[in-house]
Amino acid sequence: MNNYDVCIMGGGVIGTAIARELSRYKINTVLLEKEIELSFGVSKSNSGIIHPGTQNSPVSLKGKLCVQGNILTRKLSRELSIDFKEVGELIVAFNEDEVVKLLQIKKDAEKLGVPGLKMVTIAWLRKHEPNLSRSAIGALYSPTAAVISPYRWVYNLAENALANGVRIFTEAKVESIRARNPYEIHITTSRGIFNSRFAINACGLYADDVSNMVGINDFRICPRKGEEYLLDKKRENMTKHLIFPLPSKVSKGILVTRTSDGNPMIGPTSEEVIDKEDLSTTAAGLNKVLENARRLIPSIKEGDIIAYFAGLRPTAGDDFIIRHEDRVPGFINVAGIQSPGLTAAPAIALMVTDILRREGLNLEKKRVFHKYRKKEYHLFADKKLREAKRLIKRDPEYGDIVCRCEMVSAKEVREAIKRGARTLDGIKFRTRAQAGRCHGSFCTTRLMKILSEEMKIPLVDVSKRGNGSEIVVKDRSHG
Amino acid sequence: MVNRELVVVGGGPAGMAAAISARENGVKDILLIERDQYLGGLLNQCIHTGFGIEYFKEILTGPEYADRFIRKMTAMSDIEISLRSFVVNLKRDRTLTYLSPGGLCELRPRALIMATGCRERTREMINVPGSRPAGIFTAGLAQKLINIEGLLPGLEVVIIGSGDIGLIMARRFTLEGARVKAIIEIKNCASGLPRNMVQCVEDFDIPIHFKHKVLKISGKSRVESIAVAKVDENNIVIPATAFTVTCDTVLLSVGLILENELIEMAGADIDKITNSPVSTDLNNTSIPGLFVCGNAFKVYDYVDSVTADSELSGKMAAEYLRKCR
Ligand SMILES: Cc1cc2nc3c(=O)[nH]c(=O)nc-3n(C[C@H](O)[C@H](O)[C@H](O)COP(=O)(O)OP(=O)(O)OC[C@H]3O[C@@H](n4cnc5c(N)ncnc54)[C@H](O)[C@@H]3O)c2cc1C
Ligand SMILES: Cc1cc2nc3c(=O)[nH]c(=O)nc-3n(C[C@H](O)[C@H](O)[C@H](O)COP(=O)(O)OP(=O)(O)OC[C@H]3O[C@@H](n4cnc5c(N)ncnc54)[C@H](O)[C@@H]3O)c2cc1C
Repeated sequence: MNNYDVCIMGGGVIGTAIARELSRYKINTVLLEKEIELSFGVSKSNSGIIHPGTQNSPVSLKGKLCVQGNILTRKLSRELSIDFKEVGELIVAFNEDEVVKLLQIKKDAEKLGVPGLKMVTIAWLRKHEPNLSRSAIGALYSPTAAVISPYRWVYNLAENALANGVRIFTEAKVESIRARNPYEIHITTSRGIFNSRFAINACGLYADDVSNMVGINDFRICPRKGEEYLLDKKRENMTKHLIFPLPSKVSKGILVTRTSDGNPMIGPTSEEVIDKEDLSTTAAGLNKVLENARRLIPSIKEGDIIAYFAGLRPTAGDDFIIRHEDRVPGFINVAGIQSPGLTAAPAIALMVTDILRREGLNLEKKRVFHKYRKKEYHLFADKKLREAKRLIKRDPEYGDIVCRCEMVSAKEVREAIKRGARTLDGIKFRTRAQAGRCHGSFCTTRLMKILSEEMKIPLVDVSKRGNGSEIVVKDRSHG
Repeated sequence: MVNRELVVVGGGPAGMAAAISARENGVKDILLIERDQYLGGLLNQCIHTGFGIEYFKEILTGPEYADRFIRKMTAMSDIEISLRSFVVNLKRDRTLTYLSPGGLCELRPRALIMATGCRERTREMINVPGSRPAGIFTAGLAQKLINIEGLLPGLEVVIIGSGDIGLIMARRFTLEGARVKAIIEIKNCASGLPRNMVQCVEDFDIPIHFKHKVLKISGKSRVESIAVAKVDENNIVIPATAFTVTCDTVLLSVGLILENELIEMAGADIDKITNSPVSTDLNNTSIPGLFVCGNAFKVYDYVDSVTADSELSGKMAAEYLRKCR
């Protein structure tokens, strides 16, 4: 039975946030994702900041949704048990001109409703951010900036949506869409045809292609690359807050943030590219990031870098495009979700829900809605040995360490697979196995065996992130 | 909490030599803790020959070399061996916590020898631009995949760096029917031993490019190619010297780094760059009664030197325990 009320196309943070929101209602919802796992698109590689809403035009949609999103994410993060670390941010000025600009930023942000903003002095900065450049003369402090693990966020949203009845299909690439009658949309995918009254396009970098499938082609997604460089945890206490320079026209600039696991991170660059799959880092990008990050924190060294990656912002002009396409009744575009899309996601989900309601979808709340998601165990993350002891007693597999650097047990890996991991990257995003100092040199073979066992596939089919990315080419272990 | 005279962490050649030597120097109550289900450490995946020339005046494979110590040690009374036991925490007062099948145990030995070996430096530590597809391995991981698991990582290989494991794997891949298309080394000579250059590279006609640097790894799902260029004496790329090698596999052999996170956790002074313990004395740390040996102390070229170094640490621990009494 492939008939649904709502079909969400795209399993990034936008698609899964919408799925979670819609799972409150008595409707049939399905989510389709082309990759082997959720969150393998833009949502896996970004800065992970839940922005307060500063650095946005006061009349922009993204500004409004960012401020709302910041409030909603903190509530949702408790319901879905994810670490939400409110760290606060500083936008730093280096001369009087920049101070003037900061005051304008403050004004704009206050118009949007960003709470708690205040200007801080050199003396304040010296006291609270001793590693900050001595050339800084002041900063705008915004207390509500936070960090979150972007992919775990997507997984948690999806898991809770699933628990509330949303169907999720991966490796289901939308190939064509036919809208014969109003509110009767046929979606052909690599996993069959799905019929739905409403279709929501949350396809990130490919939102223009998918919109094209119904003949709406008045926007184009231009990928803008951002390279990010992670620093060693040994530099964990380098800054207390997230540190931003003044924003440029197109981006918030190269900044110093940290991951929810505590590693400082510097970046991103902002470079228009053509290829929507170009996730390469470059020597030029590295130099630019280092140079700009050192303007903020001079003591950053190239040797502090322990990992790096690039992400592509799916931009379509300056703002988000979120609208019902009246020419194709039932079709909703959620496109051009560049930064701060991660932050805005739950607010976007509410906006889309309103559009659905306005377009005639009857949204009646379910009697039973499982609002909470149980937190997974991470044995040694908090170094609480007593808790570890208790867990191991309950299930000895917790005592079987697979990843030596991040101390991830076989049990946690199997749990991750039960929750949807299908690949080595999926396991890494969920458990941190392979994300530590040795980058998987130690645990790869063991993880491959567990994946092969749990998924009942041969070792040669175990992949890094799906078809074509298999780890080994031949198995000769059986003679 | 159980107390012990001496605990040795790591059952590679270093840990075994240390335990044996401590016993021979009079220590009676010894526990050796190893996270793997076998003793031997990294030697288990080193199935090539060349071990033991100094120590035994014989040419052995890695597992054969290890076996001699395994036999000797297991025959000794007063050395208890705990396999599948993973040390996860170490405190300044030498209290260590380890996981073993069935639970989490705590111990406080009077002396402790850490013989936890080393790990390989990775792509992330040397910044190689490009994409991050499947098919990029440290040479040691490829060694483990082929020699222990019987899995062949790829068919067309380029090796970045010329450390010993990389050179050995160049030969190993060739023997497995894969093609090693290039070894790229930024210096003007190999990092590995001359012996390995001859036996693993020259004898197999594997092209090695000195004074070359990797510009970029390309490939979406799996590695597709690698771009390389020549560098001048300051390691700056010389224009118009770039070329591309198609391949499905990239190995990194760019050095080893000591695995000393446990003694760092305990608060011993550690050199930030090499990860080696800082102290006035060989095999010692800034914490009394805490010793380090083998490749956790210093990256040795020959396992024979690992053994010699570790025997010394066993002796030092024995002396320390005698003095304490
Ligand atoms: C470098 C960088 C840093 C950033 N930092 C931040 C930040 O700190 N804070 C913040 O709020 N935002 C940040 N962002 C923005 C944020 O990451 C994005 O706005 C957000 O992830 C977009 O989510 P999405 O769901 O729209 O896209 P995606 O995550 O790309 O999801 C779209 C999904 O659709 C799938 N898909 C595509 N085509 C099809 C098809 N035909 N059929 C089925 N499925 C399909 C894709 O595979 C993908 O999984 C950053 C972005 C970048 C690039
Ligand atoms: C990937 C790799 C490949 C190598 N290949 C070669 C080669 O081909 N030829 C060569 O001559 N040399 C090779 N070497 C060098 C090799 O390390 C030494 O020759 C020798 O094995 C060092 O002995 P060791 O006992 O110091 O370390 P290892 O042999 O590494 O032994 C350390 C032992 O400590 C255990 N251990 C570590 N941490 C813990 C913990 N927390 N709890 C419990 N146990 C723990 C490990 O499981 C391991 O068994 C290689 C090194 C590496 C990293």
